[in-house]
Amino acid sequence: MSDIYYKSVKQITNVLLFVDGVKDAAYNEMVDIVLDDGRTITGQVLDTRDGLAIIQSFGETTGTNTSTTSVKLRGETAKIAVSREMLGRIFNGIGKPRDGGNPIYSDKMLDITGSAINPYSREEPSEFIQTGISSIDAMNTLVRGQKLPIFSASGMPHNKIAAQIARQAKILGESEEFAVVFGGIGINSEEANFFRREFESTGALSRAVMFLNLSSEPSMERIILPRLALTTAEYLAYEEDMHVLVILTDMTNYCEALREISAAREEVPGRRGYPGYMYTDLSSIYERAGKIKGRKGSITQIPILTMPGDDITHPIPDLTGYITEGQMVVSRELYRRGVYPNIDVLLSLSRLMNQGIGKGRTREDHRGVADQLFASYARGKELRNLIEIVGEEALSDNDRKYLHFADTYESKFLNQDYYEDRSIETTLALGWELLSDLPKVEMKRLKDEYIQKYGKWGSGSSAIEPKDAKSGKAEKKEKQGNTEKK
Amino acid sequence: MSGIIYRISGSVVTANGVENANMYNVVRVGSAGLIGEIIKLNGDSAIVQVYEDTTGLRPGEPVENTNTQLSVLLGPGLIGSIFDGIQRPLDKIKAQSGDFITKGVNVEPLDTKRKWHFSPKAKKGDRVMAGGIIGEVDETSLINHKVMVPVGINGVVENIYTDDLTINDTVAEIKKADGSIVEVKLSQRWPVRSPRPVKSKLPPEIPLITGQRVIDTLFPVAKGGTAAVPGPFGSGKTVIQHQLSKWSDSEIVVYVGCGERGNEMTEILSTFPELQDPKSGKPLMDRTVLIANTSNMPVAAREASIYTGITIAEFYRDMGYSVALMADSTSRWAEALREISGRLEEMPGEEGYPAYLGRRVAEFYERAGRVEVLSGKIGSVTAIGAVSPPGGDTSEPVSQNTLRVTRVFWALDASLANARHFPSINWLNSYSLYGDELSKWYQENVGKDWPSIQKAVMAILQKEAEINDVVQLVGYDALPENEKMTLDIAKVIREDYLQQSAFDDVDTYTSMKKQYMMLKAVMQLSEAEASAVQRGVLVSDMQEIEAKQKIARMKYVKEADIEKYYKDIEGAISKIGSMKVRSE
Repeated sequence: MSDIYYKSVKQITNVLLFVDGVKDAAYNEMVDIVLDDGRTITGQVLDTRDGLAIIQSFGETTGTNTSTTSVKLRGETAKIAVSREMLGRIFNGIGKPRDGGNPIYSDKMLDITGSAINPYSREEPSEFIQTGISSIDAMNTLVRGQKLPIFSASGMPHNKIAAQIARQAKILGESEEFAVVFGGIGINSEEANFFRREFESTGALSRAVMFLNLSSEPSMERIILPRLALTTAEYLAYEEDMHVLVILTDMTNYCEALREISAAREEVPGRRGYPGYMYTDLSSIYERAGKIKGRKGSITQIPILTMPGDDITHPIPDLTGYITEGQMVVSRELYRRGVYPNIDVLLSLSRLMNQGIGKGRTREDHRGVADQLFASYARGKELRNLIEIVGEEALSDNDRKYLHFADTYESKFLNQDYYEDRSIETTLALGWELLSDLPKVEMKRLKDEYIQKYGKWGSGSSAIEPKDAKSGKAEKKEKQGNTEKK
Repeated sequence: MSGIIYRISGSVVTANGVENANMYNVVRVGSAGLIGEIIKLNGDSAIVQVYEDTTGLRPGEPVENTNTQLSVLLGPGLIGSIFDGIQRPLDKIKAQSGDFITKGVNVEPLDTKRKWHFSPKAKKGDRVMAGGIIGEVDETSLINHKVMVPVGINGVVENIYTDDLTINDTVAEIKKADGSIVEVKLSQRWPVRSPRPVKSKLPPEIPLITGQRVIDTLFPVAKGGTAAVPGPFGSGKTVIQHQLSKWSDSEIVVYVGCGERGNEMTEILSTFPELQDPKSGKPLMDRTVLIANTSNMPVAAREASIYTGITIAEFYRDMGYSVALMADSTSRWAEALREISGRLEEMPGEEGYPAYLGRRVAEFYERAGRVEVLSGKIGSVTAIGAVSPPGGDTSEPVSQNTLRVTRVFWALDASLANARHFPSINWLNSYSLYGDELSKWYQENVGKDWPSIQKAVMAILQKEAEINDVVQLVGYDALPENEKMTLDIAKVIREDYLQQSAFDDVDTYTSMKKQYMMLKAVMQLSEAEASAVQRGVLVSDMQEIEAKQKIARMKYVKEADIEKYYKDIEGAISKIGSMKVRSE
């Protein structure tokens, strides 16, 4: 609107500029901060009153001063030009191309803060996404439109897990347009290259949009980046009818940036110095996942965060867990045992699992198998702690079976190859196989009819039967189960 | 003369020169007409909390005073609706602004066109008092909506109509003592921050039957009582709140989704119309009011949503109904208070929360209760609030202030949830202070021996915890047989009774009769095992007996078949008496 350059910068801190004499800066309006040397930094109005505007700078304030630096109001809030052309492109934290290509020109300018989806318009997510990873598919199922973060820790292979999900994720029996929007928030160039190579090698790059802010780049851009990514995702999902998977990594860096601004504004801090409104702020990112009635596309979010000090009660994972529909917790203990993907299924949870599984979606026995595996593994792990005190000899026969179960469950069920894509049938069959080492009477979470149909215990007491006969029988049962499925 | 915006900081706007600015007046902010409320006055400046996103607002834009307080419209049509935090119906917002909630949407809370058939219950010349019922409207298949004389009006009925009327139509004219005539409409307004008046508060003596075994048996809440459900994320707070909204025997449910997930509200919206009320078989939506202010909707409206909810609950209470109010989660409401307080640059109390947090929490829960309403009927509002303590640590201010005023505490436990023991209510840490007041009701309506059974169950669970401490040191095998037996029975209670699946068609709801029979069976098993152990039977030989397997399946037995099944179990238990002692 106006072409007025305010030269009345009164005070500058490392991220804030206080500009005097500004009459009508809109709240959250974008500004250009123009330096002597012609350099322009993007900024945003954080607080505005008659005669004073407080501006947050998205770049380094190095070189700014209170005498010659000028500020121009853009007359609009933060917007991004969106189009299909963005697929295959790489942008920086404020949406400028970083792959040497041309900027995106489009009539379609969208506000990056977005608006809340009316809960009345939301469609309940219920389509099972097969990731090919047993610990997710069987135990903590991901569904389309869900936001399911990975709670990781330093040195853990969370990027590999996310890349494997992005590569293998599919909806059974459907082939619809699929896109990946990747937001790299303050990650290092190696991580950025890993994802880029990963997308290139699988051919996914042509249907991916990448936003990258490297750890060496201005931290304030990290506030904007996830919103650019999600606005792009919303466009692709709701206007181009694509199913979009959004991967945001690392949300911990986002929260650090949020704390930095809060501290600069001298706000009353909440826990550990993070601002009191961090819950609300994070929800304005995570809640931008879902499905809308009457629209074809969907947004599924997998944010990744590293838990400082492996502490799940730290404000970042804690507030995230309160907003997202579950979490996948990466375990250092499993990692040390050589299990990949090292997802701790007991601490993990998918809140939308029940909507996505069962008859007609995965298989009728899915819930029961998952519950029984959970309960049996939990018991086995409990016993593992117990034998450290009393020794394995003190256990009953039954308990020893559970102890053994916990080991095989980790090495055979949770553990799989980075390129191993297991179908849900394979995963469930594996579950039944492992459970059959436990006494049949203990299977309280499984319905009798499913034990009859899918169980691998054999008819009599299997312990007496010769080994070959037993496994032969089991195979036969499995075949029966499969034909009935078809 | 309208005021002028001077400053904007997040959801807090300062305006100068607002005419007749009174505390808690509702104002329209900016040219978009955003809804706000005056929360502080400073000379000529009014500080306004805005219920919508303030992005794009500029200093210099106008601020209009509506000269009203933040209030809700009360009348037929509330039931079955879904509102945002300031009572704007989400379906109408959708019709006006599409799938995303935009700013400045102005919609009527209730349908003004729909006609309701009004049947009068008073006649011309009758003397009527405030809160008195002068007529009825069939609101849903379950709810008969009573039309009440508004608070503050007493007099003689001059005219009363019987007709199909809209909510803005007059149903009666009442002549007051001073001779003036007041028109009573089918709907009325009430400011959300003031409790609706009652005649007197009554002691809570009737339990709210929820069909959830661990709650009804061990930690019951009374109709008109207060309960807090604190727990870390993933411990099942929301599932418990949903289960109570589905199955509790209150006549009306008001569910406030306060700063929580959008998909959760969608789940309610898609499942409730299909679910049936266990008593009447009618759709659950016919007794439910939903208020959804999800976490990404404006934070100030989140603060208001709790009050909107409880005012609607009080309104139906005043008709003589028992109402259950679920608030999920009060922590998000407290965080909204904190955020606004921070923007006002108030001196913070603990963890940045305002110093008045405790007072506000107490005021909210005090609006619950079983009461004699103005018309002499008895109604109740039961308030059940979820609390989301950071890191699951209940020593934080919101949990502590809530526990000080609520009388039931369902402590959700992360370790139980991780082992998929649901509902993950920890039986050692939870409590209900209504136990004594309700025991008479249980004796009269469930069974004479109910209180003693309930105590015995608690005793076994306590004992189990003690024995487990010993097991950690010496191992299971070193225990004497009678203690092994206690562990054995405690396991039956935990796994076959307390654990309950919200997702199983039968297990999701258990009537008091079935709960009683299930517990009776467990207690008989306990006695039979105890005497068998005395005879010298080993606990390890009683692991896979028929009686236990039958008890384990009991939760999946349909209500209609439960008596027959119970007889079967008695038969199976009697076989324990003839078990042989293993010879040395």
